[in-house]
Amino acid sequence: MSHPAIRLAGLKKNFGASEIIRGVDLDIRPGERHAIIGPNGAGKSTLFNLISARIPLSGGAIELKGESVVGLKPFQINRKGLSRSFQITNIFHNLSVFENLRCAVLWSLGYRYSFWRRLEGLRDARLRAEAVMEDIGLARRRDTPAGILTYAEQRALEIGITIASGADVVLLDEPTAGMSRDETEAAVALIRRVTEGKTLVMVEHDMGVVFGLADRISVLVYGQIIATGAPAEIRCNAAVREAYLGTSVNHV
Amino acid sequence: MSRAATEILRRRGRLLLWVGCLAVACVLPLLFKSGFLVSLLCQMGIMVVFALSYNMLLGQTGLLSFGHAVYYGLGAFVAMHALNLVGKGGGPLATALLPLAGGVAGLLGGVVLGYVTTKKAGTTFAMISLGIGELVAACALMFPGFFGGEGGVSGNRVVGKEKLLGLTWGPQIEMYGLIVAWAFVAVVAMYALTQTPLGRMANAVRDNPERAEFVGYDTQRVRYLMLILSGFFAGVAGGLTALNYEIVTAETLNAHTSGVVLLMTFVGGIGFFYGPIIGAILITVMQIVIGGLTHAWLLYFGLFFLFMVLAAPGGIASVIAMQRALWQAGLLGRMLPHYLATVIPVLVLLAGLVGLVELAYALLAGEGATAGDEATRVLGMQVHLRSAMPWAAALAVSAAGAAGLYWIGGRMKRAWHETLSTLNGGRA
Ligand SMILES: Nc1ncnc2c1ncn2[C@@H]1O[C@H](COP(=O)(O)OP(=O)(O)OP(=O)(O)O)[C@@H](O)[C@H]1O
Ligand SMILES: [Mg+2]
Repeated sequence: MSHPAIRLAGLKKNFGASEIIRGVDLDIRPGERHAIIGPNGAGKSTLFNLISARIPLSGGAIELKGESVVGLKPFQINRKGLSRSFQITNIFHNLSVFENLRCAVLWSLGYRYSFWRRLEGLRDARLRAEAVMEDIGLARRRDTPAGILTYAEQRALEIGITIASGADVVLLDEPTAGMSRDETEAAVALIRRVTEGKTLVMVEHDMGVVFGLADRISVLVYGQIIATGAPAEIRCNAAVREAYLGTSVNHV
Repeated sequence: MSRAATEILRRRGRLLLWVGCLAVACVLPLLFKSGFLVSLLCQMGIMVVFALSYNMLLGQTGLLSFGHAVYYGLGAFVAMHALNLVGKGGGPLATALLPLAGGVAGLLGGVVLGYVTTKKAGTTFAMISLGIGELVAACALMFPGFFGGEGGVSGNRVVGKEKLLGLTWGPQIEMYGLIVAWAFVAVVAMYALTQTPLGRMANAVRDNPERAEFVGYDTQRVRYLMLILSGFFAGVAGGLTALNYEIVTAETLNAHTSGVVLLMTFVGGIGFFYGPIIGAILITVMQIVIGGLTHAWLLYFGLFFLFMVLAAPGGIASVIAMQRALWQAGLLGRMLPHYLATVIPVLVLLAGLVGLVELAYALLAGEGATAGDEATRVLGMQVHLRSAMPWAAALAVSAAGAAGLYWIGGRMKRAWHETLSTLNGGRA
């Protein structure tokens, strides 16, 4: 039997006196696409920050592929094959689109801190970065500094940087937030394509995206998971309707 | 044109530029045959290496250091001691390789001190670098055995009787050749470093350390490695200084030297590889030429720095890059008359200000004070410091310059904004 891709057990997080994550137990199966939904301020981003070690936890356990990752640094967790995107765009502003993506693949290709190899000579890094650039539709913007891209382009780059290294567990925090209908559709197709055979955990407010993409859905309300299940189950779950979804699910 | 073709052209252009710069560096002293010029060029070459090594931290990794002279000074002292050691049995080849000893000293200094300083970035790094700088400067006075106390450590770069290809490094022109060779290798190496995985990740860490961690990089390690390498090149520059002046004092590693290299780098432009080269050359000229003309040179230096920070925060390199963009868009011709017109009031204003500064300096620094209001020479003119005439004249010239600048400069500003909007409009 294989380990869950991510296992959270009794996870807790306080900011000062306020409890934001109040005992979360969750198993993410290897290879599934799992969506986490919940109202604003429920603690979804905080959950991602805990898993990726952006912030320290207050209690409980986090396992990545059967191995505890509590106390590790973000780069150590990344090297174990977990990659994440950010709700608020987090890119290298002064570097070009291409350089952003090349930076994102260097470690995974084993180039580490080398200062005796020329970047131009690293064919695999260039090809990988160019492939991702094509994938996220930014090939025309190759040499544009990331800081002057449009909002939607920056969001696409944010996803690109996250998936470029080929990590097998991917966390996306509201990847389509602020995108137009068309851009959202393109992003969903992209996410579907690049997470093929990988584990995806995604926070998303767009119910169309959630129900179209997810194998399973967890509902986080006020720091606790009140339900986990297949989209159909979640749609019918009375507690979920009451707590969060209202009747809008019927229209999806 | 295809990407590959543009890339080849660009590479060819870069090679041409490198070779051109090297050629100019080699030919200059032969053209003018002036001892003063050769000494000036020697100092420039050393400072170019030092400033570029500093920009590996500031421009490339985003680390503002107030103690970079530590590595430069360590390199200088170690190279000087090594020179005195090889003095017994060495020859000119050993001397020529001494900057490498300086480099290794700077590198080891980086390994030890950088381990502490690079734990944190930002303001914390700046403060720790300042503290370490003061610490090492204090050590320099506490251990006269190594640092030579007040008098410093001196040596003789002519070692042994034999020659290397007819060279002994004794004459200043030979020393200049050695500096050019070392500087060229160091500059090429530092440029190459910017084109490696570590170099690029340093940029990434500068832009967004958090994201760098989330793509697998230990930002602390990136900063540490960059500091060690930058320490190496600073040490090479220090080794060259030791050979060039044949004396090293505690001043080489104190806060003043750290400040000067920061100014050079900043004035030249930290956002461009060649920025610090321009800054090092310009400020060395200012130091030596203006420093030779007037005692008030530090004041001019301060005013110049102030002006640069306010008028061109991106440094001279960014001004050049801007003009290049205009030129490529065919818009430079529109601005050129404005630039030329502005030169006039600027010169007038400058003349007035220099007059005021020199008068004030002569009055306050006591030259002529002993003579009461006797005549003193200021700017080659015989003036009475305590009469109103010279002051009024300098003030009037300054005022005329300022008024002219206000008027002509205002027109230039408007033209500049128009041209800029044409440039950006054409791009969109
Ligand atoms: N660093 C922090 N310090 C203090 N409080 C925080 C911190 N980060 C988050 N919080 C609080 O924790 C709560 C949950 O925030 P979080 O960002 O996880 O919500 P979310 O579910 O992602 O919401 P949204 O849908 O708006 O993105 C909020 O009340 C927020 O104010
Ligand atoms: Mg959030």
